Amino acid sequence: MSGHTHGLLVQASSAAARFDALMLTLTLITGAMALVLAALIFFFSIRYRKGSKADRSNPPSGAKGLEAAWTLAPLVIFIAIFAWAAVDYMRLYDPPAGAMPVFVVAKQWMWKVEYPNGRREIDELHVPLGKPVKLVMTSQDVIHSFFVPAFRVKQDVVPGRYTSLWFKATRAGTYHLFCAEYCGTGHSAMRGRVIVMPADAFAHWLQQGNTGSGIAAQGFALFRKYGCSGCHSAGSTVHAPDLTGLLGRTVHLQDGRTLVADEGYIRDSIMLPRKDVVAGYAPIMPSYQGQISEEDVLALIEYIRQTGADHDDRQPR
Amino acid sequence: MTTASPAEAPPAAGAPREPENYFNRDFSLKSWLTTHDHKRIALLYMVAILVFFFIGGVAATIIRLELVTPAGDLVSDDTYDKLFTAHGVIMVWMFLIPSIPSVLGNFLMPMMIGARDLAFPRLNLASWYVFVAGGIFTLLALVLGGVDTGWTFYTPFSTMFSNTNVILVLLGVFIVGFSSIMTGLNFIVTVHTMRAPGLTWFRLPLFVWANYATSIILVLATPVLAMTLVLVGLERLLQVGIFDPALGGDPLLFQHLFWFYSHPAVYIMVLPSMGVVSEIIPCFARKRVFGYRFMTYAILGIAVVGFLVWGHHMFVSGQSVYAGLVFSLLSFLVAIPSAIKVFNWTATLYKGSITFSAPMLYALGFVGLFTIGGLTGLFLASLALDVHLTDTYFVVAHFHYIMVGGAVMAYMGGIHFWWPKITGRMYPEIWGRVAAVLIFVGFNLTFFPQFLLGYEGMPRRYHTYPPQFQTLNILSSAGASILALGYLLPLCYLGWSLFRGERAGPNPWHATGLEWQTPSPPPKDNFEETPVVTEGPYGYTPEIAIGIVR
Amino acid sequence: MSAGVRIDAQAEMQVAEQFDSAVQQHQAATFGVWIFLATELMFFGPLFLGYVYGRMHFSEAFGAASRHTDIALGTLNTALLLTSSATMAAATVARKVSARVAVWLLLATALLGIGFLVVKGMEYHKEWDEALFPGARFSFEAAYADGAQMFFFLYFALTGLHALHLFIGVTLTLFFTFNLRRGRTLFANEEKHEILALYWHFVDLVWIFLYPMLYLIQRGGG
Repeated sequence: MSGHTHGLLVQASSAAARFDALMLTLTLITGAMALVLAALIFFFSIRYRKGSKADRSNPPSGAKGLEAAWTLAPLVIFIAIFAWAAVDYMRLYDPPAGAMPVFVVAKQWMWKVEYPNGRREIDELHVPLGKPVKLVMTSQDVIHSFFVPAFRVKQDVVPGRYTSLWFKATRAGTYHLFCAEYCGTGHSAMRGRVIVMPADAFAHWLQQGNTGSGIAAQGFALFRKYGCSGCHSAGSTVHAPDLTGLLGRTVHLQDGRTLVADEGYIRDSIMLPRKDVVAGYAPIMPSYQGQISEEDVLALIEYIRQTGADHDDRQPR
Repeated sequence: MTTASPAEAPPAAGAPREPENYFNRDFSLKSWLTTHDHKRIALLYMVAILVFFFIGGVAATIIRLELVTPAGDLVSDDTYDKLFTAHGVIMVWMFLIPSIPSVLGNFLMPMMIGARDLAFPRLNLASWYVFVAGGIFTLLALVLGGVDTGWTFYTPFSTMFSNTNVILVLLGVFIVGFSSIMTGLNFIVTVHTMRAPGLTWFRLPLFVWANYATSIILVLATPVLAMTLVLVGLERLLQVGIFDPALGGDPLLFQHLFWFYSHPAVYIMVLPSMGVVSEIIPCFARKRVFGYRFMTYAILGIAVVGFLVWGHHMFVSGQSVYAGLVFSLLSFLVAIPSAIKVFNWTATLYKGSITFSAPMLYALGFVGLFTIGGLTGLFLASLALDVHLTDTYFVVAHFHYIMVGGAVMAYMGGIHFWWPKITGRMYPEIWGRVAAVLIFVGFNLTFFPQFLLGYEGMPRRYHTYPPQFQTLNILSSAGASILALGYLLPLCYLGWSLFRGERAGPNPWHATGLEWQTPSPPPKDNFEETPVVTEGPYGYTPEIAIGIVR
Repeated sequence: MSAGVRIDAQAEMQVAEQFDSAVQQHQAATFGVWIFLATELMFFGPLFLGYVYGRMHFSEAFGAASRHTDIALGTLNTALLLTSSATMAAATVARKVSARVAVWLLLATALLGIGFLVVKGMEYHKEWDEALFPGARFSFEAAYADGAQMFFFLYFALTGLHALHLFIGVTLTLFFTFNLRRGRTLFANEEKHEILALYWHFVDLVWIFLYPMLYLIQRGGG
């Protein structure tokens, strides 16, 4: 595993360098503060130890100016650090348009990965060098967390919703993937590898293996198999919302709220159809809870994504 | 602070029996188990939490032993999961939260304000019984097969997937929570209504302020935990969808409810320890605490703002990024009052006359270790940094620096400082200092490597790990063995001192504070007559201490 | 019922040994109860929060579910409890004039509280028969089942917790009444009466929030 060089963690993503810069800066600042305090304590302890001949006249028990200063100075430094970290954080949640989606379903105790073209793998994630990748993730059971130390990214993978993580790998190699949210007996064994390959090697790799017909095509088959088209297609006699181009569209709900349809909304509509009912429609859709696997839900979503213009610039839920 | 009686000389060897005090007035078991005396109840708590500390410590020992090698060769996966759960549950709820308030607070609060007892002595005794009952339920859960959810009980694992004694341990913690609430209520009412004449709020010792602020958190936050645990139990029993998404619930709802209590809980654990340090440093520097007013505002500020930062445990949980921004900013703000306190303690040393007694070593150790713990908290408050560092050993190191390097060191310091008052005996000073140094060294060796482990990416709650993490783990476990020795030593010499220790007078440290104006050990009603207070606390003068006036 | 109840003036003034004066004791006791009530508020808090959350996300289902609560019995209970608060308050005033009247008023309070619990028991029985208790037995029109189950979970949790507190209140009131009647005012003195009344009013206050939340939403326009 090429994750470590000389005992330090490698920087293998575009976010890693900025991360390490902030980490180093904060280490230096806090280290300096700690050293100054330690030095003062040490110095005072020696100079003012009992019996020493230091000048102890007029010992102060307060100094408003000094106290104000050492309240405000840290405040300013802290706000600066907060701002820097906040900006970097916002970037982590703002995937570039055109990032390649990869779907991850976590379960006790493995990572199931699927690419848009249908290629699947377990406990391994191949990604192209230099190209942004966006993971769309959910869990089949308990909360897990997708953690790649070399990329400096981590995101909890939560059952019942989609969470998302994006990165751009900047260094070829193989890196650790850890589950970082305790999930039971096999938690420490729920590890994998992230393999970064040059873009053309990746493209070649992607075509191999049993890809089937691609996720969106699979989704279309499922759309018919599960009876979705019975209500949601143009010729249906049932009054059901049109799903063409749903992703990214603003939806008006029955209780007056509006939202922008994202992957999570579609999943909820399949599993908990009474949760956010569209205005003007009766809540007659049956729930598919327990009948459709998470992978099939993702396939359906990909199919819906392909039916319309793709506005993929929403915040993840 | 002023009262009439001068320091009494300790009774000479071979003198007639020692005068009657709270301890020797009745040795019967019944008198102990039905006591209303806050001092006896404090000792009852001390024994109880010592037992729990030992059990939690055994769990930690096995954990550190296992982690010497990358493979899971000492215990099974399930056993390991049960061990870290037991360690967390016991150390947080059965040791740290009650430690300073229920032992030192119970013993000292009435004395520090010149009262004969707390406002509600029977409620105090009841709180101990409730604590023991809750502790027994918790131990039962552990003995009857254990619990493997982690002390944080995240759902849906704890509600739908774990097949261990979850409900039993929830019951245990629920019951112990009521003990906390009762203690907090008692302290608040006592400080408000029973201060001696002349003892205004801004003449109170900082130990009283600290426990008062802690009590506010105790009474407001603990009920939320109680209800949250009830909901987890009900979901487990009835299979209703509150937190389980498969039934329409929301796992993040649990996290919000849990952390709404559990973040203020860490201030329950650390504020009292700050109070202890604020008593020790002025005494052994022979100087008033620097910036008393700011210190009190800082205590209150930490208590209040501490309620507003819980979301910093959830930056990668799926919580909204905008919530993350707010929680991060507030988390930086709550660090400011803590920083002020550290600066003030340091400034207290300036132009003082310092002796390095065991309590002082613990107090200075606290300042250093709490500073490191607090500064590393800034890393975790930083959103982008937390993404990488959360759920790794960096967090484990951070909170152990505060909880162990901070709170436990302060507890030990307080026990040593007030030992003569509580027992009427001095402990052997050399051994006290040796233990303090051992603990300081052992602690740093145990937990500093864990910051590096966390940055390198080792996740927490890992039973097995990739071999590249082994060196740092070995260092950490080696440190733990030194730390263990450091904790065992006081058990020996403090126990020894009960029988052979030099008898202490009322004020062996020449400290200010009303508690030092009574005999050691104190009589049942603490004071012959209620003292009258005419000055603020910490009336130390280094010039007088070293015998010259400059 | 004896002809008169004598109040032991000495016992009314009894000061516990940790206090310096009756005034200090009274201050401490009252302040203590207020803090206790604050903890109770924080205890009920997460359930109220859950209700707000559910009302926002499952508003239709909550409305449908709330129409299945028994508004007649709920309103009757509200009347019983409000009256009991009045009799409790009256008792604290009456004891200064006539201990006998105070005893009657306290007894009335307790009986009204018991009445509330009986009615609640009847409601629960009815709801159990209608398969509205959350868990495996729960059954509701399919369109709103998820939200309705959450509503009824909160309904049983909130009213159950409330009933538990009321039960404790009734027990304390009966104990208090018994002692007052026997003249053993050490356990039934003015200070303790005030504390009991505060507790009783708090239980009433919680119900005043629960009643509209659980019985009255979406009963208007349907």
